[in-house]
Amino acid sequence: MASKKELIESANKKATERIIAARPFVVDVKPAIEAVAGMKENLVCHAGPPLELDEMVPSFKMAIFGGIMWEGWAKTPEEAERLIRDGKVILEPNHHHNGIGTMYGITTPSMPVFVIEDKVHGNRATANIREGTVKALRYGCWDENVKRKLGWNRDVLGPIIGFALRECGGVDMVPLMGKALHMGDDGHNENRAANLLFSLQLIPYILKSDYSKETIKDVVDWMNTDSRFVSTAEMAACKAITLAAHNIENCSVMTTMCRNGTYTGIRVSGLGDQWFKAPAPAVNLLFFPGYGPKDATNDCGDSCVTEVAGIGALAMAAAPSMVQFVGGKVADAINYTKEMYEITTMKNTNWTIPYMDFEGCPIGIDIIKVVKTGMTPHINTSIGHILPNFGQVGAGMTRAPLKCFQDALEAFAKAVGV
Amino acid sequence: MVKEAELIHQPMKVINIGIDSFIESLKEQGVEVIHVDWHPTAGGDRRLIDILDKLEL
Amino acid sequence: MALIVKNIIGQKRYMDSLRLMRISNKAAALEGVEKVSVVMATVLNKEILKEVGLLVAEGAGASNDDMIVAVAVEDESRIQAVLDFIEEEMKREGERIKDMAGYAPKSLESALGMMPQANLCLISVPGQYAKAEAMKALKKGLHVFLFSDNVTIEGELELKKYAEEQGLLVMGPGCGTAIINGVGLAFANVVKKGPVGIVAAAGTGLQEVSALLSNAGVGVSHGFGTGGRDLSDKIGGITTKQCLRILEEDSETEVIVLISKPPGPNTVQELSKYLARMRKPVVLNFIGLSSAIEGGDKVFITKTLEGAALRAVSLIRNEALKEKVFTEEMSKVLQLAESEYKKFNGKQRYVRGLYSGGTVCSESTLILADFVPAVTSNMPPRAELKMKDTKVSVAHALVDLGDEEFTVGRAHPMIDPFVRKQRFLQEARDMETAVILLDVVLGYGSHPDMAGVLADTIIEAKSLKEKEGGYLSVVASVIGTEEDPQKRSEQEKKLLDCGVVIMPSNAQAARMAALIATRGEIKNRL
Repeated sequence: MASKKELIESANKKATERIIAARPFVVDVKPAIEAVAGMKENLVCHAGPPLELDEMVPSFKMAIFGGIMWEGWAKTPEEAERLIRDGKVILEPNHHHNGIGTMYGITTPSMPVFVIEDKVHGNRATANIREGTVKALRYGCWDENVKRKLGWNRDVLGPIIGFALRECGGVDMVPLMGKALHMGDDGHNENRAANLLFSLQLIPYILKSDYSKETIKDVVDWMNTDSRFVSTAEMAACKAITLAAHNIENCSVMTTMCRNGTYTGIRVSGLGDQWFKAPAPAVNLLFFPGYGPKDATNDCGDSCVTEVAGIGALAMAAAPSMVQFVGGKVADAINYTKEMYEITTMKNTNWTIPYMDFEGCPIGIDIIKVVKTGMTPHINTSIGHILPNFGQVGAGMTRAPLKCFQDALEAFAKAVGV
Repeated sequence: MVKEAELIHQPMKVINIGIDSFIESLKEQGVEVIHVDWHPTAGGDRRLIDILDKLEL
Repeated sequence: MALIVKNIIGQKRYMDSLRLMRISNKAAALEGVEKVSVVMATVLNKEILKEVGLLVAEGAGASNDDMIVAVAVEDESRIQAVLDFIEEEMKREGERIKDMAGYAPKSLESALGMMPQANLCLISVPGQYAKAEAMKALKKGLHVFLFSDNVTIEGELELKKYAEEQGLLVMGPGCGTAIINGVGLAFANVVKKGPVGIVAAAGTGLQEVSALLSNAGVGVSHGFGTGGRDLSDKIGGITTKQCLRILEEDSETEVIVLISKPPGPNTVQELSKYLARMRKPVVLNFIGLSSAIEGGDKVFITKTLEGAALRAVSLIRNEALKEKVFTEEMSKVLQLAESEYKKFNGKQRYVRGLYSGGTVCSESTLILADFVPAVTSNMPPRAELKMKDTKVSVAHALVDLGDEEFTVGRAHPMIDPFVRKQRFLQEARDMETAVILLDVVLGYGSHPDMAGVLADTIIEAKSLKEKEGGYLSVVASVIGTEEDPQKRSEQEKKLLDCGVVIMPSNAQAARMAALIATRGEIKNRL
């Protein structure tokens, strides 16, 4: 009879192999109500694990109210709040719907989302198309510019990109992201290379469309201006990949990690949909001029799905621009990845790092190894202001809180019967 | 040859766990050594150590 | 002006005592800092902090796994600067390891992934974690050098039984020294390679014998440590026997030296039979204690470590044994002793030994007990010599500062002179102290300049006694070679420069201390 150790190791191996075998394609852009699993007409999804309205910092609340006003369900923030408190509008994490949203991650029914399909395992995931501005709804800003950009996403950008994706049969993300890692991307905050590759694949089909030259020019221009345009598609691809590893019995691999300025939450493959929450940590930030530590929220966003999938901060050594975050030494960035090897199950042969002699990215973060070594995953991130209508205040690094993993391990122990 | 004698017949390759200055002298003597930056398992939390022991992981 | 003392606690924050010592020493030099100490909050460290006036409520309440920054300043506003400095230094320590070691993995498994051919694991983690780490290493097929002590005897037995089954060595627990194929592990001296193999349950014993052999031009093939309890009945000499087998087979070894506390009564018989079957001559030293061991005419029992080295030399060179009470001519020795004791005042009578090495402390205790009454030690080789209060010396007293009691959460006294320097001054203040007896142990792992850091304390202590109208005699032996990083001759010079009487071996130092303290009375019994 197999020991607990053997059962767990084989489950982790299986989960990680499924991750490596996954092949997510970006196949479409659709309104959330059509594409997001379980989306409802009165649902607003947000980043991070579940939390109460009263636990949100002011800019988070503003983001939620903004989303409600965007849909036209209320005219003022007060009305919006009333709807929530009366139970007429429901709030749920993006992750309850296999979705991803950056920063506060506001996803409302009419917002356009990238649609990702894993052609090997059949899982689907979605992610918002970015606003791509420093003062955005996702940072808790609500003004004419925000409305205009959200409108343009819904009416122009989304539909055109959706058309191009359908026409081209979808974009194969694993090889694309692998190439991008060889071109200086990290997959989370540095996405320039992936953006180029993605855009160039789509442009021929955008040109095939019936949209006016003017509109096409605006769209292509935007894909160039927002060098991270593809980043949310990459995140959705990572979400689809990690779904392949979820719900495997005896498996201690973390399949979800996300935050929302108040909480960081994780989920574990063998523990189903149970959340393990801890206060979101402060981020070690490089600030935009005029901002300081008292202005910043704590760690925020669903974007660290990339770290769960083994890139982002875990592959920092691939991205020279990100290396600056750690004081400019490539050796330090390489050490980050080496550290992460100690808490992961395997190396991902699809995604390799040139500066480390093409070693694979660390994949399959194991909560047992995290608790044992006390080392939690590194995360690179942008951060916004605590107050509404300010926007992004800086970017930097942090680590996931250990408590999530400790609590998860205790639950895991019970689940496997020790 | 007793099996223990392998130690004196094989090239010495050392894993050092704990005090890092021990590796200085080994390096000076040309010995291959890896230093393990040791911390108490699970930060010394007895309950978690117990779980890890039971899982043998 | 009144000092402000604060204890800042780092909860569950761990750093090894050596690094903390380095950081403390640097922080002590900061402007506005009266005193500072960064330590793990063990019972011992809290006591030490209390003694030097650095312990307040927060520190007292901290637990074993917490870190205390204890600082005394005149101006409270300096404290933040001190804390910032310490954080910087901690980061820098992390960098230092990276530069020295390359990437330092967090676990044995990862280390093995990086170096699959590893065959030896050197373990120096805090005692309560040591056995588990050692067992992990054994299970991965590695020999273990277990520097950590505070491992239970049951734990030791479990480790050694398993190791024996697997054909692996467990050197330890509490093993401080080994020399394998000319490579020194942990605390070891740079010695010539040669035909004498050593098996030692006694770290400083191995160090002194190997240094004496090397200095005599006869080298060492291998020197294995077995841990102090290996020849007890409970353990039954598992590691000792494994090492004897290795040396018996080793073509480079001609003579074997075995150093240990006497074997337990059941083990003696077994060991005797074992020795009788060996082809090579074996020189035994039980650190001055008697034993019922037998082994035939190829087994030689010696009373001192120096004696063991000299016997091994005589066997290698096929010469007569050249052992004397003192290397130097007796008349010169008596002259030197007199020049010391004539400066005593009437109250001064006693020898106080402050040792970093346990074996040499034990040896000196027994030597002294042969010549003077009322000799006690915190680590007595015989039960009746037990010191009542290890913190306060009474009559003749020899303290092994390497004992667990004095080292929990601190670096070993061969590295960290702090506790010895404090005790030195305490003994000097005692009216009845006549002679302070020291070991200065050189080699890898030891303080880079022990003589240098002891010098100011020796000078201060001597001046203290002078003010009392007396004289403090300081007698020392230096364990080491010229090839050691500290260079024996340079260390000797520093000691001589502050008036220390240096003797060529620990045994001779102990005899000299007795001679001086008794004002020459015992000269006919030497």
